[in-house]
Amino acid sequence: MTVTETGRFGPYGGRYVPETLMHALEELAHVYDDARNDPRFWAELEALLKNYVGRPTPITAVPRLSAQVGAQVLLKREDLNHTGAHKINNTLGQVLLAQRMNKRRIIAETGAGQHGVATATVCARFGLECVVYMGEEDMRRQRLNVYRMELMGATVVPVTSGTRTLKDATNEALRDWVTNVTSTHYIIGSVVGPDPFPRLVRDFQSVIGREARAQMLDQVGRLPSMVVACVGGGSNAIGIFTAFLEDKSVRLVGVEAAGEGVASHKHAATLGAGRPGVFHGSMSYLLQDADGQVQPAHSVSAGLDYPGVGPEHA
Amino acid sequence: MSENAPPIASRWRALGTSRALIPYLTAGFPTPRASLEALRRVAAAGADFVEVGVPFSDPLADGPTIQRTTQTALEQGMTVARVLELVHAAALDVPVIIMTYLNPVLAYGVPRFAQDARAAGAAGALLTDLPAGADPEVERAVTTNGLDLIRLVAPTTDDRRLKTALSGATGFVYLISRLGVTGARADAPPDLEAQVKRIRAASPAPPAARVPVAVGFGISTPAQAAAAARAADGVVVGSALMDALATGGVSGAERLTRELAAAVHA
Repeated sequence: MTVTETGRFGPYGGRYVPETLMHALEELAHVYDDARNDPRFWAELEALLKNYVGRPTPITAVPRLSAQVGAQVLLKREDLNHTGAHKINNTLGQVLLAQRMNKRRIIAETGAGQHGVATATVCARFGLECVVYMGEEDMRRQRLNVYRMELMGATVVPVTSGTRTLKDATNEALRDWVTNVTSTHYIIGSVVGPDPFPRLVRDFQSVIGREARAQMLDQVGRLPSMVVACVGGGSNAIGIFTAFLEDKSVRLVGVEAAGEGVASHKHAATLGAGRPGVFHGSMSYLLQDADGQVQPAHSVSAGLDYPGVGPEHA
Repeated sequence: MSENAPPIASRWRALGTSRALIPYLTAGFPTPRASLEALRRVAAAGADFVEVGVPFSDPLADGPTIQRTTQTALEQGMTVARVLELVHAAALDVPVIIMTYLNPVLAYGVPRFAQDARAAGAAGALLTDLPAGADPEVERAVTTNGLDLIRLVAPTTDDRRLKTALSGATGFVYLISRLGVTGARADAPPDLEAQVKRIRAASPAPPAARVPVAVGFGISTPAQAAAAARAADGVVVGSALMDALATGGVSGAERLTRELAAAVHA
């Protein structure tokens, strides 16, 4: 879907933030619009994706799983990127934007730690100060990633409020941002948050789908009948879906974490069981109670346990 | 009494050249009963307006004190409806401004919220994560149903946004005195006088009709309040008052309000 001038996807999206952050969002949108139309920006990013991240990532046939499910399954191997996840596609793009804004301090939230590791890594690459907010519960579940962030010189701040997971880490990152907004760029890790984050994160992740579509045509000789992706905030899903939006024969399926079952109230099925609301800067679907209080999401997977979802998915 | 609650503008007129003290209290903290008592006694101890906070699960513009008080209020079962009941029961003779985040208001229904808040005796609303112009439909639903929508201005607000914030502003403009979250600070806000002057200079109306400027964020002591009152028309104190309520009970909050009122009205 195209985003309107007010940063909305239909009724969803927008900029619902404290006034203190509005100038930074307008500046980011302006800098991104300039960068988007600058071939040198994309050339620099593409060179980094190729030579630093190791793109393109392959698609891999998995015959035994295919036999089990009765369909030919191929995996788009974002795990083979430098730092082990798709997150670095976005952090590299945003760190280049931070440089254009002369911001030398970077903050990020992280759930599983993949976005934190990707952010810490690009900050080390570009010599920028890096602070990552991570829920205490997630630090325990994902200790190895904490070690990797610290190895890269990042400061990992444990978040002890609320559910001690991604939702509260994001609150804490936003509190840091309203305090240090003039010197700091906040690298949001998913297609969530206020405009322009959902659209710029989508654009930086769309390389996944561009590659996958071309690889399918080249190696399999046809488009897939279905593209399946997990959805927490939804950045990998939008990254691969975007390339197939015009292909009417391709079904796009986002899978949310059901936790202990959607009826159990212990799940992360934001689109399946949530209602529209405003959370972390944008209007989107949201797990909330009748009084508009945000409900904790539940998943064994750190990072999928997020009660919101990207506004474009909504 | 609710119907007679003075709207915000007439209260400012009555104040004349005197400055206003605007205490903030989280509704339902530490308990609904104590909160009602605190509202009444703080209002009577020299407040010119009172801000009443509706708790939200994810208060991303608030520091540790308000995070704690709103969490407690949530645990006490406070909702938009119960906060409005509390405001109605308090029957304050100073204007009440409901302060919260947008989502609880959306869930309640914006027009219904504004109507019920007005009926409960509230005069205005301040929505922390609704910057001026971000959602004109929500803004209209608040203002056409009889509430002043308090606009916010921050140190980072540029001249173009300042114009947006001041256009159609009613009640008063809330100046966020510094970058960061709410919470008591030891130092005085930097450049406060210049910040207030900038807002006044950008106000479109003739001086007699301009919207007053109240300043908040980090003002906790009578000395800080006095300094802020020299620069601005009104002074908001929140976290320090909630700390006083938490440690000294309703009497502690009342005592601090008296001291702040003496400093602001001097």
